[in-house]
Amino acid sequence: MRRITRWYGANPLHLLALLACFALAGYAAAQLVPSRPLGIAVWFIGAVIGHDLVLMPLYSIADWSVLAAVRHRAPNQPDVPWINYLRVPAGLSALLMLVWFPLILRLTTRYQKSTNLSPDPFLWHWLAVTGALFLVSAVAYAVRLRAARRAAPPRQRSRRSQREHQENNGENNGRATA
Amino acid sequence: MVDGEEPGPADKPGPADKPGPAQKPPWPKRRPDRLVRLLMPEEPPPGPFRRSFWRSPVRGPWLTSVLGLVLLGGITILFVTGLLSYASYNPDLGGINDYTPGKGWLGFYLFSWPTDPDWLYRVNQGVHVTLGLALVPILLAKLWSVLPKLFEWPPLRNPAHALERISLFLLVGGAVFEFATGILNIQQWYIFPGSFYTLHFYGGWVFIAAFVAHTCLKAPTAVRTLRHGGLLRELRVDTAHTVPESADAGSLVPTAPAAPTISRRGVLGFAGAGALLLVALSIGQSIGGPLRRTALLAPHGQDTGSGPEDFQINVTAAEAGINPEDTADGWRLTLTSAGSGAAAAFTLTRAQLLAMPQHTTSLAINCVEGWSTGNQTWTGVRLRDLARLSGAENAAIVLVQSLQQHGGHAILSAGQIMNPDSLLAFRVNGAELSADHGYPARVILPGSPGVHNIKWVTKMTFGS
Repeated sequence: MRRITRWYGANPLHLLALLACFALAGYAAAQLVPSRPLGIAVWFIGAVIGHDLVLMPLYSIADWSVLAAVRHRAPNQPDVPWINYLRVPAGLSALLMLVWFPLILRLTTRYQKSTNLSPDPFLWHWLAVTGALFLVSAVAYAVRLRAARRAAPPRQRSRRSQREHQENNGENNGRATA
Repeated sequence: MVDGEEPGPADKPGPADKPGPAQKPPWPKRRPDRLVRLLMPEEPPPGPFRRSFWRSPVRGPWLTSVLGLVLLGGITILFVTGLLSYASYNPDLGGINDYTPGKGWLGFYLFSWPTDPDWLYRVNQGVHVTLGLALVPILLAKLWSVLPKLFEWPPLRNPAHALERISLFLLVGGAVFEFATGILNIQQWYIFPGSFYTLHFYGGWVFIAAFVAHTCLKAPTAVRTLRHGGLLRELRVDTAHTVPESADAGSLVPTAPAAPTISRRGVLGFAGAGALLLVALSIGQSIGGPLRRTALLAPHGQDTGSGPEDFQINVTAAEAGINPEDTADGWRLTLTSAGSGAAAAFTLTRAQLLAMPQHTTSLAINCVEGWSTGNQTWTGVRLRDLARLSGAENAAIVLVQSLQQHGGHAILSAGQIMNPDSLLAFRVNGAELSADHGYPARVILPGSPGVHNIKWVTKMTFGS
């Protein structure tokens, strides 16, 4: 028993849970897949690839590019960290687009025929909501900036200590893999 | 949420035969044979396969556990409301009601869907669809938090690891598949391979199988992390004080963390704000009334006007291919009961139907897509009166057929026939039905899937 556990690499309950999972998933898939094997495989595998290897790298690169570009081009940045005031409205706007793009981009040709509703407002609604999100974020940032300037002397101290903290981190990075 | 596309000093690959002294391989020391070593060197290839590639300091078991716990609750509700939604179509009545005749054991729980309370279906679908939308950002955050696992090195450690990775493929593929098909279906963009009903049902079972296994395997870690990791303590930490979790807390913790740009509570707030925004911009289509206009990004959020016929529809007479001649004065309702033979079939004119006792009820049409028309006042003949007239006083089922070219048929259950609010309606809100609302006659049922409220009815076959 112990040898089997060691060869398998985990507790037998682990195997039991996974076998139950494959049995149920296999039973359901056996009803689904034979109807359109290629289409369903493409959709299922495409779902994983589309998210893990397309969507996520894209938004990670976008986020990193903004951070890097602004850091290099604007060395005198304000005291209050700004990235989340950009990241949150942009992220929320992108989320709305991700969920509602068939309506926003009018890809659903039968929508108007079926519902008697106009397909036009969605793009404008999305733009308006996006504008509102950035506006709210800008106002919130302005308020934070003002508060920070009023309390300027202690704020600068904390900034310096933050920079030291980052430098320490950098040294740690070097050490960890040296 | 930035990751290590920025090559840090840690990303420089060392000589393959000289691993650093601080690195300890996480797999048991055993010299693999040459082929395995060639295909799967002990030293991970450069890029995402190295732990140092992943630099966000907030990644780690705490964030993953909290998001996992939220999804555990949310997806459980989605699954239960999904099963109820499936049952509400009464697929066990067979025939045209059953789009999934191969369901076998997966229909083990089916029951005759109740028509009382009449809000049950509306609430069920509203919760299923709106909660599904709300969980999109939570799911995205959860997947972001565990992405380094996709690039684990070595990719396969032992049979347990291999099987678990297959189950994770079903978990992630199933989750994205279910969310994608659901979200595309409510926007009527039918690009998926086959009937939505079939895909979403079987796909849901594939997903839930992997979900339950994953919950069983990971619950101990999540509970341990949150018990010792201080759920509330971490929620008080701002960005400046956010530090990576201890390196022995698992492979999600970065070995070369960048400076924090967001706190863990910030990530949760970000995902939560996304969830609230999606709900706020769509819930109005389920609630109706003046709140409908708040559903700025939902398929049925537009105001349709204030006339008696101005409420949401999902198929127009033109789209259904209704020929106006068929609904004019020559229209007849054919009534028959299955037991009495074809000779017993007889027809009724609209005038004859209007001469029968008329009843008025206030009911909403609620779509599987999560939206509702809100309550409208319907006037017509009770279905149970039509059953008696057809000679099947104790009818157990009725097949309702429409003039619609495709679809538009359903088998209704005894409960749906016998409910005193179930009508063959001729008027709505005091006006004669318009063509788009099903003139000359339509079925209206309390608490049933909208698609069973058959429009342009032409024939009803009662059976026992």
